[in-house]
Amino acid sequence: MALKIEARRQISTRMLYLTPFIAVAATVVAGFFLFLILGADPFLSLYYFFVSPLETKYGISELCVKAAPLIMIAIGLALGYRANIWNIGAEGQLTMGAVCGGAVALAFWDESGIYVLPLMALAGLAGGALYAAIPAFLKTRFNVNEILTSLMLTYVATLFLAVLVFGPLKDPMGFNFPQSRMFTDSATLPIIWSETRLHLGFVIAVAVAVGGWVLLTRSIVGFQIRTLGSAPAAARYAGFDRTRLTWFCLMLTGGLAGMAGTFEVSGPIGQLVPNISPGYGFTAIIVAFLGRLHPLGIIASGLLMALSYMGGENAQINQGLPQAVTGVFQGLLLFFLLASDFLVRYRVRMVKPVLEG
Amino acid sequence: MTAEMILPMVLTVIAAATPLLLAAIGELVTEKAGVLNLGVEGMMLAGAVIAFATTVGTGSATLGIFAAMVAGIVMSLAFGVLTLTLMANQVATGLALTIFGIGLSSLIGSSYIGTPVTKLATLAIPGVSDIPVLGPLLFGHDVLVYASVALTVAVAWFLKSTRKGLILRAVGESDLSAHSIGYDVIRVRYFAVMFGGLCSGLAGAYLSLSYTPMWVEGMTAGRGWIALALVAFASWRPWRVLGGAYIFGGVTILQLYLQGAGGIGVPAQVMNMLPYLATIIVLTVISAGPWRGRLDAPACLGKPFRPAS
Repeated sequence: MALKIEARRQISTRMLYLTPFIAVAATVVAGFFLFLILGADPFLSLYYFFVSPLETKYGISELCVKAAPLIMIAIGLALGYRANIWNIGAEGQLTMGAVCGGAVALAFWDESGIYVLPLMALAGLAGGALYAAIPAFLKTRFNVNEILTSLMLTYVATLFLAVLVFGPLKDPMGFNFPQSRMFTDSATLPIIWSETRLHLGFVIAVAVAVGGWVLLTRSIVGFQIRTLGSAPAAARYAGFDRTRLTWFCLMLTGGLAGMAGTFEVSGPIGQLVPNISPGYGFTAIIVAFLGRLHPLGIIASGLLMALSYMGGENAQINQGLPQAVTGVFQGLLLFFLLASDFLVRYRVRMVKPVLEG
Repeated sequence: MTAEMILPMVLTVIAAATPLLLAAIGELVTEKAGVLNLGVEGMMLAGAVIAFATTVGTGSATLGIFAAMVAGIVMSLAFGVLTLTLMANQVATGLALTIFGIGLSSLIGSSYIGTPVTKLATLAIPGVSDIPVLGPLLFGHDVLVYASVALTVAVAWFLKSTRKGLILRAVGESDLSAHSIGYDVIRVRYFAVMFGGLCSGLAGAYLSLSYTPMWVEGMTAGRGWIALALVAFASWRPWRVLGGAYIFGGVTILQLYLQGAGGIGVPAQVMNMLPYLATIIVLTVISAGPWRGRLDAPACLGKPFRPAS
C-alpha cells in the first residue's frame, strides 16, 4: 500500500471544521510524551492540565477571566488576517490601552462616579487604536511591512509602561514598588459572579464576538474584507479601497486589544503593574487561527487557550513543572493546526502499488 | 578621545552586531530561495538555551555550539515540513515557530536560570593579536565573531559566483521556471531553510555563551525580528547585511553609553527603546525613500510553490 496525495477540487468544509479537533488531539498526544520526558506521570499531568481546572467554580470563572481578552483581541486579528493584514503587535496595543485606561482611572482617583469606567474603556479603545494607527499609517503611506513595525512597537510599549510605573504613575505610598495605586471601586469592573473574579469584560468580549460575526457575514465591510483576502484581484477590480480596509482592520484590532488591556487592569489586576499580560496578544494569534478566523469559533478556541494558561499554573502547583509548559502547548497546537490544514486542500488516499516489470 | 577609550567601545559594537549578523545572513539565504521564515526569534532562543544547557552539561563550549546548530536546523526543518511539504502559510508558521521557541526555551532554561558558564574563549592568533589596538580589534575575538564574518563572505561568494548559488536565486526569483528546467525547487528551499536555521542557532549560541554568558528567559529581546528587518534594510545583499548589522550594533551600544554617561535625565527604558525605534525608522526610510524601486526582494518571497501535476 502506498499513500497518494491529490488536490481537492474545492476545499473540504468538513475538514475545515474537523482540523481544530485533530490539532487538539495531536497536541494532547504530544503533551503525553512531553510530560513523560519531563519525568511527570503523563496521565495525571494531562488530568491536571486539561480537566481539573474545569472541576471547580473558581476554575470555570478563571477560565472565562482569561478567555475574555483572548477573544476580544482574536476577533480583531481574525478580521485583519482574513484581509491579509498581519498585525502581530496586539500585545503592544493591549499595553497602550491599559496605560491609557489606567491613566484615566488614576486621574479620577479622588472622584467616584458611574462615568469613570466608560471613560476608561473609551481611553483604552483610543489608546490601542492610535497605537495601531502607527503601523497602519506606515503601511498605507510608505508601504512598510506591518508585521515588523507592529512587533517592534510591542517592545516600545512594554518599555513605555515600565517608564510610567517606575516614574510618574508610581504609587506615592507604595514603598517604591513599580506599580500604580490600586484603582478605586468606581474604576473597577463589576463582578458578575459573586466570590469569583469574573467581571463584566467577559460579557463584553462575547458581545464583541457576536458583533464581529455580524460584521463579517452581514456587512459590506465584511464582504470587502473576505474578498480582499481570498481574491485580491477581484477586490481590486471591484474597486475596494485597500488603504481604507487596512486602516479599518488595524484600528479595530488595536482598539479591541486596547480595551482588553483596560479591562485587565480594571478587572483582575486592579492597578498598573510592569507585567499586564502573560502574552495574551500573541496567544490571541493562535486563538484566531484555531477558531478558523471565524468569530464564533474564536469563542471556543479562546476558552481552550485560556485553559492552557490554567493548565500551566496547575502543572506548576501540583506537579512542580515549569509554567512554560503552557507556551510549548500553545506553539504545538498552532503547528499541528497548520499541518492538518493540509487535509482541507488535499486528499490522502491509500493506493495499491502497481507492480513493475 | 584616545584609542584606549574608543577600542572597548568598538569591541562592544562588534559583540552587539554579531548575533544580528549571524541571524540575518541565514535569513538572507532563506529569503533568496523565496521562503520567508518569521521564526528567527524562536530558532535563536532554542539555539541559545540548547547551547547553554549543553555547555553546562558537558563542559564543552564547542559541543554547545554544535548543539545550537542542530537545534536551529531541527526547528527550521519543522518549518520546512509545514510550509514546503504541507504548503502551510509561511507567515503563520513562522509565528508558530517563534511562539514554540519561546515556550520550549523557557521550559528547558527554567532549571538553568542563575547558572554561570564560562564566557566563550577568544581565539588569539599568536603574533598578530599582540599588536596594539589593531590586534584586539581584528584578531581578539571568539570563534563565533569570526564565523559571522566568514559566513557573510561565503554567502556573498556562493550567491554571486557559484552555480548552486545561481540556482538558489533562480528558485527565489521564479520557482516555476526553475522547476520547468529541471531544478528541484522544494529541495533547494529545504537546504536554504536549514541554513537559515543553522545560522539562527549560532546567533542564539553567541548570545548565551558570549554576549551575556548566562540564560535569561526571552534573552533574544527581539533581535530575531531586527535581523529580519536587516535583510530588507540590506535589500537582500550580503555585504549590506554586514554593514547594517554593525550600524544596529552601534545603536544598541550607543544607548548603553548614553545611559552610562548619566545626567541626561532620560529613564533607562526610554534609551532601551532606541534599537526598536531605529528599526522602524530604517524600515520606513528604505520603503519610502529613493531606494524604493530598487529593493530587489526575491520575486517569489513568501509564496508557496505548487507545481502543476
